[in-house]
Amino acid sequence: MEIIHTDVLVVGGGLAGLRVAIGARRRGHEAIVLSLVPPKRSHSAAAQGGMQASLANSLKARGDNEDVHFADTVRGSDWGADQDVVRMFVHTAPKAVRELAAWGVPWNRVKRGPHRAIINGQAETLVESDAAHGLIDARDFGGTHKWRTCYVADGTGHSMLYAMSDQAIAQDIPVHERTEALALLHADGRCYGAIVRDLVTGKLRTYLARATCIASGGFGRIYRVSTNAVINEGIGAAIALETCATPLGNMEAVQFHPTGIFPAGILVTEGCRGDGGLLLDADEHRFMPDYEPEKRELASRDVVSRRMEQHIADGKGARTRFGEHLWLDIRLLGEAHIDSRLREVKEICRYFLGVDPARELIPVRPAQHYSMGGIRTDYRGESTGLKGLFAAGEAACWDMHGFNRLGGNSVAETVVAGMLVGEYIADWCDSPDSDFQASTALVREQGGAVAERLAAFANSGGRENPFEILRLMQETMTDKVGIFRSGERLQEAVTTLQSLLARCRDIGLRTQVRGANPELAAAYRVEKMLKLALCVSAGALARTESRGAHFREDFPRRDDAQWLSRTLASWSGPEADAPTLDYQALDVMAMELPPGWRGYGARDHIDHPDTERRQQQVEAVQQQQDDRIARQRALLPFESLLPERFQGRNERLQEPEEGAA
Amino acid sequence: MSELIARERRQLELRVLRYNPQDPDATPAFQSYFLEEADAMTLFIALNEIREQQDPSLQFDFVCRAGICGSCGMLINGKPGLACRTLTADLPARINLAPLPGFELIADLSVNTGKWMRAMSERLETWLHAASDDPDIDSLEPVMEPELAQEIYELERCIECGCCIAACGTLQMREDFAGAVGLNKLARLRLDPRDTRSDADFYELVGDENGVFGCMSLLGCEDSCPKDLPLGTQIAWLRRRMVASTLD
Repeated sequence: MEIIHTDVLVVGGGLAGLRVAIGARRRGHEAIVLSLVPPKRSHSAAAQGGMQASLANSLKARGDNEDVHFADTVRGSDWGADQDVVRMFVHTAPKAVRELAAWGVPWNRVKRGPHRAIINGQAETLVESDAAHGLIDARDFGGTHKWRTCYVADGTGHSMLYAMSDQAIAQDIPVHERTEALALLHADGRCYGAIVRDLVTGKLRTYLARATCIASGGFGRIYRVSTNAVINEGIGAAIALETCATPLGNMEAVQFHPTGIFPAGILVTEGCRGDGGLLLDADEHRFMPDYEPEKRELASRDVVSRRMEQHIADGKGARTRFGEHLWLDIRLLGEAHIDSRLREVKEICRYFLGVDPARELIPVRPAQHYSMGGIRTDYRGESTGLKGLFAAGEAACWDMHGFNRLGGNSVAETVVAGMLVGEYIADWCDSPDSDFQASTALVREQGGAVAERLAAFANSGGRENPFEILRLMQETMTDKVGIFRSGERLQEAVTTLQSLLARCRDIGLRTQVRGANPELAAAYRVEKMLKLALCVSAGALARTESRGAHFREDFPRRDDAQWLSRTLASWSGPEADAPTLDYQALDVMAMELPPGWRGYGARDHIDHPDTERRQQQVEAVQQQQDDRIARQRALLPFESLLPERFQGRNERLQEPEEGAA
Repeated sequence: MSELIARERRQLELRVLRYNPQDPDATPAFQSYFLEEADAMTLFIALNEIREQQDPSLQFDFVCRAGICGSCGMLINGKPGLACRTLTADLPARINLAPLPGFELIADLSVNTGKWMRAMSERLETWLHAASDDPDIDSLEPVMEPELAQEIYELERCIECGCCIAACGTLQMREDFAGAVGLNKLARLRLDPRDTRSDADFYELVGDENGVFGCMSLLGCEDSCPKDLPLGTQIAWLRRRMVASTLD
C-alpha cells in the first residue's frame, strides 16, 4: 500500500479544514487536505445568510460586543455549551471576519444616511452615521439582541469558502480531491493518520501524520429530509467513533431549520426572516407572535421549528399532495432588496418551485439542518481519547453550541475553530510529543482490515441492498427522531436501526465495476452512518428532559438538576450494536452565565441546586466591577487559553483600541 | 403546487453516454434508462432513482443539489447546464446526457473539474494579492464603498461549474486557455482595491493568446452560465485594460 507522510493531515476541505491547514502551514508545518469533492464545492458554500461577529458598526448593532454575543450564544445553547469555548469563540469571531476581509471577502458595507428596513412587519427608516460608512454591515438573525450577522448578500459561505480556498492555493497547500478517509490509524491512545480510499481509482493508501484533524462537517444525511448536501454523511465522525477509543458528544442535539423549501428541503436563509420576512399559516395569518411575543419569527431555530410543527399539528398547515407546510412571506421586503440581498433565495425559488418570492409566498417546513454533536474535543480541538487526533467545525463537539446553535454561528465557528485549532496543532507539531514511530505492521494490520471489509462487501454474495438500508434508516430518523420525540418512538427507532445494522453484514453488491464503484461506497457508508444514527437515537432515548433542539413530549421540561450534562457516546467494538453512553456534568459554579430563562421558548425549567448560589456570586461581581472587561475576567478567565496571536482586544467604533483613542 | 391536477405521467428515457476509463475493456456508448416522471422531478432525482433501482454502477456528481456548488455540470440535450436544478418537466421525454467536454473524464457523467480549476488558479494566481501577509485583525477594518462591495460580489458568484469551459470554442484549440471562469476571476480581482496588482501585472498573466486575446467572442460562455454572469462584458473590459496597459 502506498504510504504518504505529512505533518498535518486534514480530513475535509471546507472552511474549517482549510483554515486549519493554512494555520499549520504558516507555522512551517506541511499539511495535506483530503476532500471528497473539489474544496470549493464543500457544504460551507451553502451557508447563505451570514456569520456572527460583534463588530458593532451599523446602527442596529451599536452597543454590541463579546459579552452580548456570549450571552446570546449560551442562551441559544440552552446552557449546554462549554462557556470557556464560547468566550474564546466570541473573542475571535471579529478577527475572523477582518481576516477574511483582508483575503478578499466582499462583505456588505454600511452606507451612510437613511435607508428602509422592515422590522416586525413594519417599514422603518434607519439612519447610518458617517463614521460607520464603508465598514462591515450586519443583519438581524434569530436569538440575538443585536444585528450581528455579517453577510455577503445571501452567498456568504460561498464568498468565504472561495477566499479561503484561494488562500490555500496561494500557500501551496495540496488538496487530495476525491478521497475518503475510511479508518483512522491508531494504537495505544495515539492517532497516526488514516487509511484513505481514492474515489477515482478505488485504491487504498495510508497517510501518516503527526496530527490528524477531522473537519468533515455534519451528518445530516442520516435523515430523509435535510438541507444538507449529499456528502454530509458524517463519515469523519464515524471513523473516530469506530476507533472505540474516543467518544462523540451530544449526538442527540440535532437542529431543524425552520425554512427548508417544501418538499425538497433545500434551505432558504434565516436572513429572509432577519431582513423582515414573516411566517404565515394556511389562512395567511402571521402566527409566530401568538406563540413568541418577545422574539416572534426571530426566536432561536429550535423554538421556531417547534412552534411551526405544533401549528401544523393543530391543523393550520397548507395542504398539498406531498403533505402539509407553512408559508414564508418576503414580499414585503420589496423586489430591489430581494434582487440584491436575497438573490440565491430568488434563484432557488425560481428553479425548484417556479415561484417569484417578490410576488408569491414560499412553501416551507422545518428540515434537518445541523449537527451540534460530533467528535468530543477539549478547548484546543484535540479529541479526548486519542493524542494527535483533532477535530474542528461541525464534525466536532468543541462545544460552543450545546443543544442548539444560533444562525450565523456555524460558519463563524468553522473559521474561528480553524484559526484556533490550527495554532494548537502547530504547537503540537512543534513539540517532541508529536514525534512517533508507527510500524509497517500497524499499517498492514489496520489497512488490511479496511481492505478486507471492502472485499467482504464485494464478494459476500449477500442479498441486502445498501441503498434500501440507507432509505430505511433515513425514513426512521425523520419519522421517529425528529423535532418532537417520545420514549416510545425513540425505542422503536433504536430497534429498527439495530436490525438495519445487522442487515449490513449481509450486503451484497450487484456490480463489480472498477474504480470508485458507487454501490461499494454506499455499502461502507451506510454501515458507518447507522452507528451515528444509533448514537443520536440512543442518546435521545436516554435523555429524559427537553433541552434546546432535543425535545421530549414525555419530558417537556429542561431539567438542570438531572441533565445539565454533555452526553458522551462511544462504541465498544465491532460486534456492538449500540453505543455506550456516559455523561460529563457541566459545572454551574464555573459558569459566567448561570442557567435561567432563554428570553424565548418555555419558561418552566427545573433548576440545578447550584444555580442560585452561582447567580448570587455573579451578581456580587457585577456590582463590584464597572468595567466590562474586568468584570468578565473576574467571572470566567479565558484569555490565557487563546493562542497569543489572537489575544488582542477588538477595536470598535465606540470602543477604540487601548491607547489608540 | 396544490393546484396541480393529477395527469398521466410521462415515461422518460434517459440516454446516458457511459464510459469508465478504469476498465480497460470499456468502450464509450449510450445506454438508455426508462423511468416514470414524478412531480417536480429534477435530473438529480431521476439519476439517483436510476442508480438506486436500476444500475448502481452509474457515476455522476452531485453535492448541494440546490444549484450553488457547481458539481453537476453536464451536457443536457447537448447544452451545458446544472443537472440538479433542471426539471424534467422542462425537457422532452427523451433526454440525452453526456459528460462536460474539456475536462478529464472520471467515469460516465463525472468529470474532473476540480483538477482543471486548481491548475488554472495556480497558473493565473487567482487569489487576492494583499499588501501584507499578516493583516491587522484587531483594528477597525479598512473601509470599502458599499456599491463596490456589491459589484465585486456580482462577479464572485461564479461557482466554477465548468459550463463556460465546455461551451468555449477557444478551448477546443487551446488547452491552456484561461476560459471565462479564469478571466472573470481576474476581472473580479482587478476590481478589488485590496489586490495590489497593477494592470501590467495582470498583463503578464493573461496578456496573450491563452488569456484575453485568445477569446473569439463567440459568447458560448455567457449563454451557458448558470449564474448569468456578464462574462462577455468582463472579457471585453479586461482586454481593453490590457491593451491600455501596454500604452501606459
